[in-house]
Amino acid sequence: MKTNTYKVIAESGIHARPATGLVKVATKFACDIFIEYKEKKVNLKSILGVMSLGIPKGGSISIFAEGKDEEDALEGIESFLKSEGIVAS
Amino acid sequence: MNERIIGIAASGGVAIGKAFLLVEPNLTVIKKTISNTQDEISRFHLALSEAEQELQAIRNHAANVLGEENAAIFDAHLLVLSDPEMLSSVENKIKAEEFNAEAALQETADTLIEMFQQLDNEYMRERAADISDVTKRVIAKLLGVNIPNIAMINEEVIIISEDLAPSETAQLNRKFVKGFTTDMGGRTSHSAIMARTLEIPAVVGTSKVTSTIKNGDLIIVDGDNGEVLINPSKEEILLYEEKRSQLEAHKKELSLLKNEQTITLDGKQFEVAANIGTPNDVESVLEHGGEGVGLYRTEFLYMERDALPTEEEQYQAYKEVLEKMGRKPVVVRTLDIGGDKQLPYLNLPKEMNPFLGYRAIRLCLAEQELFRIQLRALLRASNFGNLKIMFPMIATLEEFLEAKHLLLEEKQSLQKQGFAVAENIEIGIMVEIPSTAILADQFAREVDFFSIGTNDLIQYTMAADRMNERVSYLYQPYNPAILRLVKMVIDAAHAQGKWVGMCGEMAGDPIAIPLLLGLELDEFSMSVPSMLKARNQINQLKQSEMKKLVDKALGMQTSEQVRLYVKEALNIE
Repeated sequence: MKTNTYKVIAESGIHARPATGLVKVATKFACDIFIEYKEKKVNLKSILGVMSLGIPKGGSISIFAEGKDEEDALEGIESFLKSEGIVAS
Repeated sequence: MNERIIGIAASGGVAIGKAFLLVEPNLTVIKKTISNTQDEISRFHLALSEAEQELQAIRNHAANVLGEENAAIFDAHLLVLSDPEMLSSVENKIKAEEFNAEAALQETADTLIEMFQQLDNEYMRERAADISDVTKRVIAKLLGVNIPNIAMINEEVIIISEDLAPSETAQLNRKFVKGFTTDMGGRTSHSAIMARTLEIPAVVGTSKVTSTIKNGDLIIVDGDNGEVLINPSKEEILLYEEKRSQLEAHKKELSLLKNEQTITLDGKQFEVAANIGTPNDVESVLEHGGEGVGLYRTEFLYMERDALPTEEEQYQAYKEVLEKMGRKPVVVRTLDIGGDKQLPYLNLPKEMNPFLGYRAIRLCLAEQELFRIQLRALLRASNFGNLKIMFPMIATLEEFLEAKHLLLEEKQSLQKQGFAVAENIEIGIMVEIPSTAILADQFAREVDFFSIGTNDLIQYTMAADRMNERVSYLYQPYNPAILRLVKMVIDAAHAQGKWVGMCGEMAGDPIAIPLLLGLELDEFSMSVPSMLKARNQINQLKQSEMKKLVDKALGMQTSEQVRLYVKEALNIE
């Protein structure tokens, strides 16, 4: 299992639009992917799960991936988070 | 049934057509036990894919009409339909508990909605409405019920609904939607203003159209008299068809005025400009011969989305308007949010009296970063046309000086960074608070222009909320108190060589226009469809006579006296 941790810098946190993008990226990968915020861990392929976290600016998030393509998945998600300005690059 | 319903005339003209009832269908779910769970799961997936197709079509339509930005919310809706957590919960309920698909979905959605409603952030709580929206669509498919969809209408209809949300009004396709009528709303409600912008005849506030009219009834909407006729007689249809063609002929006649100047019979020239909300409105401003934009409301850039618009997005929108208008002046009002216009992502506190609260320039001066982004975008766009910047809800001189200071600071920093910024951008204020009108002589020394916002000025002067039906009779544009305030503002500005516009409803009102001509207002800014009528009216009046008319009105005691006097003196219907 691989893990990465980030601090959210986007002004409005991870709201509908970035959450939609994140889930779209995650579903491209076969491995299981989770996102954790404030000790609550949800499936990153679930828009409802991600939105239910209500992640604000300044929140610390961890992404977990487990499976064959876990490294590619973490890389893909990180590049999305950075290119969208959700976390610092 | 042949019946006539009276409502509020919200948008002029006559529409004749078939009723399209936009009411929520009955989606009551009954819980059953089913035996073939595999079949039930297949049925659920079929409904999901039908709902998905429908949503995809709406999304594409929204992208065409409202832009990619506004369509993005439907992407989240589409993802909900394939959400693994939701799907597995529904499938489990079908498999393990032998629920029918409708009940399994409803239970799952209820749990989710409850969870979202408990989150401590208003934005998240509103996502509960999204889930409910998506769920309803799937349940409708499972029940074989059709959800009427405003964006998908493809034949000529008249829409009948309880009320129309701004997003719904924005989806109206003028080609098919010939008119609308609602149970709720008033002349100045959002749907009424949009109807006038789209030039769709509308009657609102009828309180009973949805309960009286049936889908497919033949309807006549008379937006001038505020009447709705249900299944009219042959004679009535002929009468209204005649009226409609007369109105169209009159419209054609007026359109000949569009490239002419606005000059009174005694040779005084005035400017007739438009109030707009989005860059898309500019085309119709030019089609109607607008001599400028007197009020560009920038709020729409900020609404119906989930985060603040970036400097770049704003810059593009302002640039587009300025470029399309060429050398014609464009007065941009900085963000006027708060009051009734809430932005979920800003998490503004709930207030007892939002209209008298944290809004417009007050909010901008407190949230300076947000304000500076808008100012930078405006300044960068200033090179592409004739930009004037206006601050809303100014109550004190300090507010204006601080806002102006921020603007000049941003201008300097942009210039340092090598951006080109137009010189001599005029900076003005809206006069909508009585304190500002009273000190207009002092403000006139500091500003380049005034624009009188009568919608609020009247409310604040009369201390009456125009949306409150019990006191809305106090919304009195012709009250001598209002006329005297307007006179004070115009006189004070002219004494300092400054110009005065008006961007409230009053500027396009045929009773008010002669009075404002007499008070020597310089610029009349109004909704697009009113412009040619206003120009036609001004062309037929003499300013010298209107001065006498308004002198008399200023000495009258009541709004009603003034109204009757002007109507009679000028023979206005």
